[in-house]
Amino acid sequence: MSTGSLQTWAEGWLGNNDVRLLIALALAIGGLYALFSVVLGFQLNGTVNTLRRVAFLSAIYAMLALALNLQWGYAGLFNLGAAGFMAIGVYTMGILTAPVTASPPGFGLPLPVAIVGAILVTGIVGGLAALPAIRLRADYLAIVTVAFSEIVRLTLRAPEFANTRIAGVAFGTGGATGLSLPSNPIRILFYTDPAATAPAPNALGAAIFSAVEPLGIEQTLVIGWAYVVALCLCLGLLYWLMIRIGKSPFGRVLKSIREDQQVTQALGKDTRLFKIKTFALGCALMGLIAILWRLSGGYASPRMFKPIQTFYIFIALFIGGTGSPTGSIVGGALFASLLFEGPSFIRRVVAEYLQLSNAPDTLVGALAELGTLDITPLLAYSVQDVSISALRLMLLGIVLVYLMQRHPDGLLGHRKAIASSVALSQQATREDDNE
Amino acid sequence: MAARDYYSRGQNLVYNRPVLAIFAVIGVFLVFDIFRQLGTGTIAVTDLVSYLWNGLVLGMSLGLAGVGLSMTYSILNFANFAHGDLITSGAFAGWATAFLIAGLGEFSIESLILIGGPIAVGSNELGINVVNTPLALLAGLLVAAVLTAALSLLLDRIVFKPMRSADGVTLMIASVGVALFLRNFLTYSFLTDSRGLTGGNVPQFTIAGVTFGGHQITLVVVAALLMLGTHILLQYTKIGTAMRAMAANKDLAKVTGIPTERVVKLTWIIGGGLTGCAGFLIALQQGTLTVTMGWDLLLLVFAAVILGGVGSIYGAMVGGVILGIASRLALVWIPASFLLVAAFVIMIVMLLVRPSGLFSGRTTA
Repeated sequence: MSTGSLQTWAEGWLGNNDVRLLIALALAIGGLYALFSVVLGFQLNGTVNTLRRVAFLSAIYAMLALALNLQWGYAGLFNLGAAGFMAIGVYTMGILTAPVTASPPGFGLPLPVAIVGAILVTGIVGGLAALPAIRLRADYLAIVTVAFSEIVRLTLRAPEFANTRIAGVAFGTGGATGLSLPSNPIRILFYTDPAATAPAPNALGAAIFSAVEPLGIEQTLVIGWAYVVALCLCLGLLYWLMIRIGKSPFGRVLKSIREDQQVTQALGKDTRLFKIKTFALGCALMGLIAILWRLSGGYASPRMFKPIQTFYIFIALFIGGTGSPTGSIVGGALFASLLFEGPSFIRRVVAEYLQLSNAPDTLVGALAELGTLDITPLLAYSVQDVSISALRLMLLGIVLVYLMQRHPDGLLGHRKAIASSVALSQQATREDDNE
Repeated sequence: MAARDYYSRGQNLVYNRPVLAIFAVIGVFLVFDIFRQLGTGTIAVTDLVSYLWNGLVLGMSLGLAGVGLSMTYSILNFANFAHGDLITSGAFAGWATAFLIAGLGEFSIESLILIGGPIAVGSNELGINVVNTPLALLAGLLVAAVLTAALSLLLDRIVFKPMRSADGVTLMIASVGVALFLRNFLTYSFLTDSRGLTGGNVPQFTIAGVTFGGHQITLVVVAALLMLGTHILLQYTKIGTAMRAMAANKDLAKVTGIPTERVVKLTWIIGGGLTGCAGFLIALQQGTLTVTMGWDLLLLVFAAVILGGVGSIYGAMVGGVILGIASRLALVWIPASFLLVAAFVIMIVMLLVRPSGLFSGRTTA
């Protein structure tokens, strides 16, 4: 109930203005991280880098949630294979851009061409996968798509395709070791020759670098922030696109399929075709977003595309609420900043504050000290690399169960974009809220 | 007459179910290809027999692990993604017990129970195998069954019971959350990647060049006995009838006076117990224990259950064995790194051609 009243208060204050809501959210998350960093006396460079990481992941997960929302929130297609389509996008781009002389070799195409090619390939594969799959029940579709994403991952990992030659064309996925990707394209803004190992900054780069250097901020961080700004522009574009799609006749058909497929068919719409198109479009977007994600790291490996990656996106989507583009962005930002990055930040805070001694070897050892009301061994045990990531995933599991039990519609799910172009009945939506 | 009959049936198949016809042709072609390869000596007979045997072992593991999944799928109507981690939990509980019994007195309790911990006792120091320490293994099997059943009940009480009226997709997503929690709780508690379990000389028989491992035989025999027991339970007891009634029509079962909540509880107990046994036996056969073992098996178990038909116990068994043998036989044509790919492709093809499975329409029998 408290979340409900908070919601009404916040909505009244923000005047139902989504853009204002999103900016307020971004400021709140950024402020929270900055506040902790300042209070704990972290270095400026480190603080700015933490903020960059949080902003980067928030933008990526917001975009991925938007793409998934198109499939699940609008058309009701339960795609549990998002990671597979992301992998197809990234690997197609990587193979198309890899120089012909590299190991594994590629096609040596310029990056923009490769990105367009990757989007097309992902979209076509998505459409082909949807062709038979959309006939299935939602739970079977989920199992088939997760199996599909595992097939993609296992194929990319297989040594047989790591460095291969098919029909006279040599290319490779790099197998289990992974594939190097082109360097971050945003570097063009700052360097005269971005491909060089120690590039010279151009006029803009020199001006910015010399301005921030006295503050102890490194060049890579400036580039990272520039990339985040570019990502936010992409996010804005995607958000606008989703709202346009939602309001278009195409989007209204999708939402009516979600509500009642038979009625939609009775109205003469070919629901199959609409579903295939939506699935293909969603998959193509996931491929593109995954490319944006991996371009900043310059490297991709099959490990990054395990089913857990898909679950991350679903958690982000469910936090925000399915069916609402604003909800997807809110969910992506909250997931990335609080659930994904939060635990490792808390761990740094704990390590900074508590001067922990050596961690006990086992949980039994850690719990033994609890009898004397000393929780530091348990804390030391819990902030190790393995245990903090396990605790984070346990937290995600609890959040998922909690959301499904209490708020299956998510935070903004009550604002699910309705199927009709005008609100038919305010009363009816109120009743839905109380369920 | 008969020939024309077959002809018209074939014609029907090609016209009405072209996809099925194509897959049937591919299947027949592959069977002929095996005989051709045997004839030309490309594969040896011993290779083929050992593929079949290993396939049977994998199939029995999948079948036993699948019975519980199939039961909850048909009675509660959702795909339980936490099932894989129930398998793992059973294996951890059972093996902690087996280690404890085999090594009590010699080593500290802490180092025995923390199977995976950094101070844990090595598997060779204990020498657990089916000949040396049969009692420890039997106790482990029992504890695995009991604790996994208890865990299933607890999870049902906390997670699934409050959402009985929710739809299948919502329950499925919640079960993904349960899976994440369980697996990482084990990681948090045991801090381990993988751990050797068995030691000493494990007996094995070699007949005409094909090796039959002692633990493989144990798995096949115990799994077969457990499945037979489940069959008798479901077929000849009142509770079995009640379960089948609930799987067929929940509302009708309720109207007839079947205490549905009690049936659901019993489903979790029986399904959980079998799942725990499966986890323990699979770990015994593999000789190692990992936190991800159940999760890695989960899609294969789903494949076995779907292949056999959701809700059918025989289906889970037969589906498991077919899938196990088919995926191992696939090694005749494809490299080992595509073994799982082959199994998943079989599942996807099955879902597209016959989504109700081989034993369609027979629920929980």
